[in-house]
Amino acid sequence: MSLGSYCFRKSLWVFHFGGASCNNCDIEILDCLTSRYDIERFGMQLVGTIRHADVLLVSGSINRKCRARLLKVYNQAPKPILVVAFGACGCTGGIFAEGNVFGGPVDTIIPVDAYIPGCPPKPEAILAGIVKLLNK
Amino acid sequence: MIKDLFYFLIFPGMIFSVLMGGILSWSDRKITARVQFRKGPPFLQPFYDIGKLFYKETILPEHGARLTFLAAPVFALFSATLANVFILLPSIFPGSGFKGDLIVVFYLLTIPSLSYIIGSLASGNPLASLGASREIKLIMSYELTFILALACIVIKSGMSLSISDIIAAQQEGGAFIGSVSGVLLFIVILFVIQAKLALVPFDMSEAETEIAHGVFIEYSGSAYAIIKMARYIMLFTLPSLMMTLLMGGFSLSGFGILWSILKLVVILLLITLIRNTNPRLRLDQAMRFFFIWMNLIAVIAIGLSIIKL
Ligand code: SF4
Repeated sequence: MSLGSYCFRKSLWVFHFGGASCNNCDIEILDCLTSRYDIERFGMQLVGTIRHADVLLVSGSINRKCRARLLKVYNQAPKPILVVAFGACGCTGGIFAEGNVFGGPVDTIIPVDAYIPGCPPKPEAILAGIVKLLNK
Repeated sequence: MIKDLFYFLIFPGMIFSVLMGGILSWSDRKITARVQFRKGPPFLQPFYDIGKLFYKETILPEHGARLTFLAAPVFALFSATLANVFILLPSIFPGSGFKGDLIVVFYLLTIPSLSYIIGSLASGNPLASLGASREIKLIMSYELTFILALACIVIKSGMSLSISDIIAAQQEGGAFIGSVSGVLLFIVILFVIQAKLALVPFDMSEAETEIAHGVFIEYSGSAYAIIKMARYIMLFTLPSLMMTLLMGGFSLSGFGILWSILKLVVILLLITLIRNTNPRLRLDQAMRFFFIWMNLIAVIAIGLSIIKL
């Protein structure tokens, strides 16, 4: 493993793409930053622009309007980038999968590196997903 | 020539100051984490960040001046390093430096902010230009305060414009911070440092929740790594400028090293605590803060130092 990829795994900066989420997943993501779970001890940080991101975290169901935007955001990211499908909505579509505006689960649009299921996932599940991502 | 290159690139220049700045940045994040009852990042985190950024792809703006976009971070890095060398050399070798290096340092410390502005305007991103306009207004508000504070220090040191004379004056008559005007100056320069480092409450130019990192929005990969290095250097340079001007400078002998580190840590602790206990100000509030209150305090300090208080 080269020095660069070692540093990469030690300092993942997360960009949060909120699709048509019910907002519960977004709140659970913020839980990870609090004192009880604190993902900064793994060197992770929430950043505000895709240009700084190493992880694209997609939460919420992707509807037909979001689809093109998600693809655009993915193309704007500096490579290498890891994509995480977050919550039941991101992984499969969850309760919105049969809706008439549903645009497909995330992995039909962009390649996904990790899935974190749950509706919403507990912070412990998020940490487990992160550990899996780090050991990949 | 080789000696100068050594000063610039290794000690006390680029490599040393990036290391020191990285350690300070780690302490800043660790203290922040402890204030919020978190555990905080590992010790090598700032260096992991830089290594990772060099490993990543650098994206150039499609519409915009690419050369300017890439040159701006380099200018920021070099001027921050130069400022650092000019500030530290008189402490390490007493009597070095030249007449008027205080003014050179003042200009060099402005160049990083200016080059961030130029680089962000060259990227052609609307949010970046919003951040740039905020940064310009912020510079206009704190620069006057900063120069008033420097003028006060010049008066206190008996009208000398060279940093080594200022250090010598403090070694004879005690550090400037031991007087009433010195304490006022300490407060003023502390807030100027806060604004120059673009830390909360003066981080409106890169407010990530409003304008998504503003001036830095388009930077990625190596270009952003260079910006990070410049910012680490500034995080070390500005407190050491404050130590040099008000607290008698560094010393590198025996207990002097511990004493210097203690001074640095105290300044960093104050900066971090201000950052953690304040919300982001609006631009007009920040301008009023500097134009009225900080300038007032600086002028009072000048008056007091003329009557030798
Ligand atoms: S997975 Fe559940 S909690 Fe998350 S956005 Fe979908 S419906 Fe909401």
